[in-house]
Amino acid sequence: MTDLSREERVAKFYEEAAKRILVLDGAMGTMIQGYKLEEADYRGDRFIDHAIDVKGNNELISLVQKDILRDIHLEYYRAGCDIAETNTFGATVVAQGDYEMESLAYEMNVESAKIAREAAALAQAEDGKIRFVAGVLGPTNRTASISPDVNDPAFRNITYDALVDAYTSAVKGLIEGGADTLLVETIFDTLNAKAALHAIQDVFEECGFELPIMISGTITDLSGRLLSGQTAEAFWYSVRHVKPFSIGLNCALGAEQMRQYIADLGRVSDALVSAHPNAGLPNEFGEYDETPEMMSGLVGEFAQSGLVNILGGCCGTTPAHIKAIAEAVEGVAPRTVRETETAMRLSGLEPFVHA
Amino acid sequence: MNDASSSFINVGERTNVTGSARFKKLILNDDYEAALGVARQQVENGAQIIDINMDEGMLDSEAAMVRFLNLIASEPDISRVPIMVDSSKWSVIEAGLKCIQGKPIVNSISLKEGEEAFLHHARLCKRFGAAVVVMAFDTVGQADTEDRKYEICERSYKLLTEKVGFPPEDIIFDPNIFAVATGIEEHNNYGVDFINATKRIRENLPHAHVSGGVSNVSFSFRGNDLVREAMHSVFLYHAIRAGMDMGIVNAGQLAIYEDIDPELRERVEDVILNRREDATDRLLEIAEQFRGEGGKKREEDLSWREVPVGERLTHSLVKGINAFIEEDTEEARLQFDRPLHVIEGPLMDGMNVVGDLFGEGKMFLPQVVKSARVMKQAVAYLMPFMEKEKENTGATGVESAGKVLMATVKGDVHDIGKNIVGVVLQCNNFEVVDLGVMVPAATILEEAKKEKVDIIGLSGLITPSLDEMCHVAAEMERLDFDIPLLIGGATTSKVHTAVKVDPNYSKGQAVYVTDASRAVGVARNLLAGDGRTNYQAEIADDYKKMAEAHAKKQQVGPRVSIQGARDNKYSIDWSDYVPPRPSFLGTKTFEEYDLEKLVPNIDWTPFFSTWEMKGTYPRIFEDNVRGAAARELFDDAQVMLAKIVEEKWLRPKAVIGFWPANQINHDDIELYTDETRDTHLTMFHTLRQQMARKNDRANFALSDFVAPIDSGLADYVGGFAVTTGHGEENHAERFKADKDDYSGIMLSALADRLAEAFAEHMHGRVRREFWGYAPNENFSNEELIKEAYDGIRPAPGYPAQPDHTEKGTLFNLLDAEKQAGIKLTESYAMWPGSSVSGIYFSHPEAQYFGVGKIQEDQVKDYAARKGMSLKECEKWLAPMLNYRPESD
Repeated sequence: MTDLSREERVAKFYEEAAKRILVLDGAMGTMIQGYKLEEADYRGDRFIDHAIDVKGNNELISLVQKDILRDIHLEYYRAGCDIAETNTFGATVVAQGDYEMESLAYEMNVESAKIAREAAALAQAEDGKIRFVAGVLGPTNRTASISPDVNDPAFRNITYDALVDAYTSAVKGLIEGGADTLLVETIFDTLNAKAALHAIQDVFEECGFELPIMISGTITDLSGRLLSGQTAEAFWYSVRHVKPFSIGLNCALGAEQMRQYIADLGRVSDALVSAHPNAGLPNEFGEYDETPEMMSGLVGEFAQSGLVNILGGCCGTTPAHIKAIAEAVEGVAPRTVRETETAMRLSGLEPFVHA
Repeated sequence: MNDASSSFINVGERTNVTGSARFKKLILNDDYEAALGVARQQVENGAQIIDINMDEGMLDSEAAMVRFLNLIASEPDISRVPIMVDSSKWSVIEAGLKCIQGKPIVNSISLKEGEEAFLHHARLCKRFGAAVVVMAFDTVGQADTEDRKYEICERSYKLLTEKVGFPPEDIIFDPNIFAVATGIEEHNNYGVDFINATKRIRENLPHAHVSGGVSNVSFSFRGNDLVREAMHSVFLYHAIRAGMDMGIVNAGQLAIYEDIDPELRERVEDVILNRREDATDRLLEIAEQFRGEGGKKREEDLSWREVPVGERLTHSLVKGINAFIEEDTEEARLQFDRPLHVIEGPLMDGMNVVGDLFGEGKMFLPQVVKSARVMKQAVAYLMPFMEKEKENTGATGVESAGKVLMATVKGDVHDIGKNIVGVVLQCNNFEVVDLGVMVPAATILEEAKKEKVDIIGLSGLITPSLDEMCHVAAEMERLDFDIPLLIGGATTSKVHTAVKVDPNYSKGQAVYVTDASRAVGVARNLLAGDGRTNYQAEIADDYKKMAEAHAKKQQVGPRVSIQGARDNKYSIDWSDYVPPRPSFLGTKTFEEYDLEKLVPNIDWTPFFSTWEMKGTYPRIFEDNVRGAAARELFDDAQVMLAKIVEEKWLRPKAVIGFWPANQINHDDIELYTDETRDTHLTMFHTLRQQMARKNDRANFALSDFVAPIDSGLADYVGGFAVTTGHGEENHAERFKADKDDYSGIMLSALADRLAEAFAEHMHGRVRREFWGYAPNENFSNEELIKEAYDGIRPAPGYPAQPDHTEKGTLFNLLDAEKQAGIKLTESYAMWPGSSVSGIYFSHPEAQYFGVGKIQEDQVKDYAARKGMSLKECEKWLAPMLNYRPESD
């Protein structure tokens, strides 16, 4: 069982998703923080001479502290998660610019996927249950459709083409490292996500095979819109041309606030629906204090109400939260995907449907 | 959700440079702010999708597309609807797709260049997740018959769904709507061909849509809007029934099918459906009867005269009727104890109704100005009674909302905008002290002290006035003023006010006012109880942020060195070119030109914008909201125009000239005293664009359009100065005495239009007679407005040559002051204000462009060429500099 080929694992992924609610892991940053790593730990031996400080560059962990990363993934898997997210949120040429580590982006993707795969194999050996690896593509630190300069709304500090290039190399690295699925997540500007999806399709064409694509946007507040202004439904119409495996939301909101937008997506989408909310809204110290019981109670209700196929956690969630969630959804039937009527489904910031 | 299933989708087309002359002009003039307004208005008016097209030879279409889409992305009112990226160039479409976060439509792809290109473009559309418009076009050409239309669509459909895997619901066919009733027999069935092809597409190609540009069908009836509207309506009636479910339709150009005159409808239907051989002739027969029906006069309804006097006064004020005002005011005076109570009671009540309606966008500026005229006349009628009362009892007058001093700054002569603001303020009970035009700072401040005003308002139109406004602000600081300073006028802006004017005036606050409709709100807020603290603090905070952001802001776009720009200059192939020789050299003067000849050349669209009425003539009359107000304004204008012409209120004068000239040192144009070209006469210096080009666009300078000296060609340039301002003052004084601002502003606006018309008219004569390079040219006024002819007439101080001081050279050459009575002020504004001047270029490739921001290297070089100090040069070119001068 541990040495399934990629095709077999992907087939198994579809099979499992049809049967039950799959569980994603929780926050990575919170876990790394727990190790209280210092500048020297981030540098390791390899980057001892790097010109600028790298503390906080969590993707660097994949290159210099592989054991820590493997342990974190294992902890989540053991808590009951089916899908680990690779430690590649900021592993793009664009985002690594902050640390002058652009040239390491590809390697970070390869290594992160490899480590997650290793952890999956270990966990699977322990209990015989199949585990999956989702190669994460983060939003980068720039936005292709929002100007950073209030006086010059036409200005952009990143182009679509530069994003496609950055994501292309990340996707290749994730596939090389052994990801079973690709997860474009924490999307606050749909144009960035479209560039990631463009890169994914280009790479699939080049490789001659495809992996399931998971897409997860971020509704930033109770306006119900992404930072770039789209509603959940408009966002879905912007990305559905890649026929994704799943569409969902993560981050920014707690489960309670996220529920209505997950329901909105479920009403219009013919893909699986995922949700990995934060552990509530941050308190005045910026900490998340929803307990595992509270959070699993809330997302457990999503499952009971037939809203979701995939559940997990974002900021503030720990293995304890994931364990509680896994227990809460055990045996609960996944959302049934329904066919939608054939129609031209366009979008601006708002949806526009014409049959 | 806009669930529009089974209904017809209207695609907005006003943001298309090939379809909208106004939008094109805005984009070419780099006025993206106003261009965004066009997009916003379309969405507000109900466009469900907006088509954006930047296909224009004089544009860097890719850059324009990207910039406009990026701007739209920051306007949620616009970007809420899906976008249709429209271009005949694939590179422009692809550049556009990279800027759109939503799911857009590509307009269009076709088999025009064969299957391979079609498949390639289709696959890319799929990759970007865009829907597509597919034109019925193949390597043979555009499909015209029903069979060809259907066959090409069917073939495209199969390629898309079978080879590309394109979702059929995302395919929109455009089977080409062509003009019918053209007089050519083969065209008669075009309507039927489209309708039948549509039917077959919808029946046989599942989920695909059908769209088209409807106005094409009526092209042969240009100029007869009523017939065109009927044709559009009849065509759509049948095409929609056949399955057409999308289209580009100007809602303002559409009649209601049931409302069309039955006889007209039948004959139009005969034409569209090709029902009888003589259909075109029969439609032509009756078409004339329907031309211009919109202008019909209504019977006057006087039933409002029956209501009580207070309501009658309100009615007169709201409707701007002055026929009964004295009679009604007198009746009211007899009912009230004091004449003042008539003002404070019914008259103010009426004006409040006007103010509210204006604020809600239900009344428009010209109507408000008319209301003000009625109000002033009523007050003037009461004045003698009030003075008498004062003599007897010592009673006081009306308490005003505040006293505002208004002036057009030194060096500038433009005052329509200022006068309008003054009237609107007066309507709202402000007392206005108007110092007129060309007012020096010292006079403004002396008067302000003497009159104890609460606010000073400055206006200006030309760029040098910006500097003068900064100067006034600095003087206010020095003289310890602390009252608010309002800034307005065409070249002023919020950024300029925040960054340049306000920092000079720390003791008070400078405030930018966008237009007349905002002036009252701003003035009220500034003078309200705690407005001086709260409102001003808000503005100060806003401006401070703006100034800080501006300081941090990077330079505009990548630029090249002046040398690099010259290396990429616009190169005309001079080898086979023979420059046309003008019919005379030197100058020619025209005294007392016939006004009547200028009237046909009037471009009415800017006339409406002077009155803050947005819309294109003549379509503005069809506008649901402001159509009626526009019509009324236009009718009033016609009445006055007839008087101006008949009674010769204005005395048009002009001087034109031609001189031997050649381009030297790339960027200069040297003029010679005679054909031997031995003796230097003078020099026109030009400025060159310095934006970095990614494509094959050149870096233009006006000198590029004149043959270089080493070409050996004998080339020429011309110049002109025309005015229709002589005589205006007498009548303006008369209207002022009559308290008739409406007529005063109307006269200025018409004089301005006549001056522009004179320039257009004279340019036509130059092309046909005086320079004579287009002796047989024959353009309609619309085509002239769209600048369809060869040659250009750019004016110094405007985008192609932003340096106003070049006007000095031109005026010396023409001896314009003596010949045409036009003077230049110290800021190079022309006096009288209703004047136009410019330089003529004859080369067919000569074109308008905007120099844009320029670099220090060019400014240094330019200053040296002009023999001007760098500092002075930077002062004149201040708005154009892409750097911060040291003197700043």
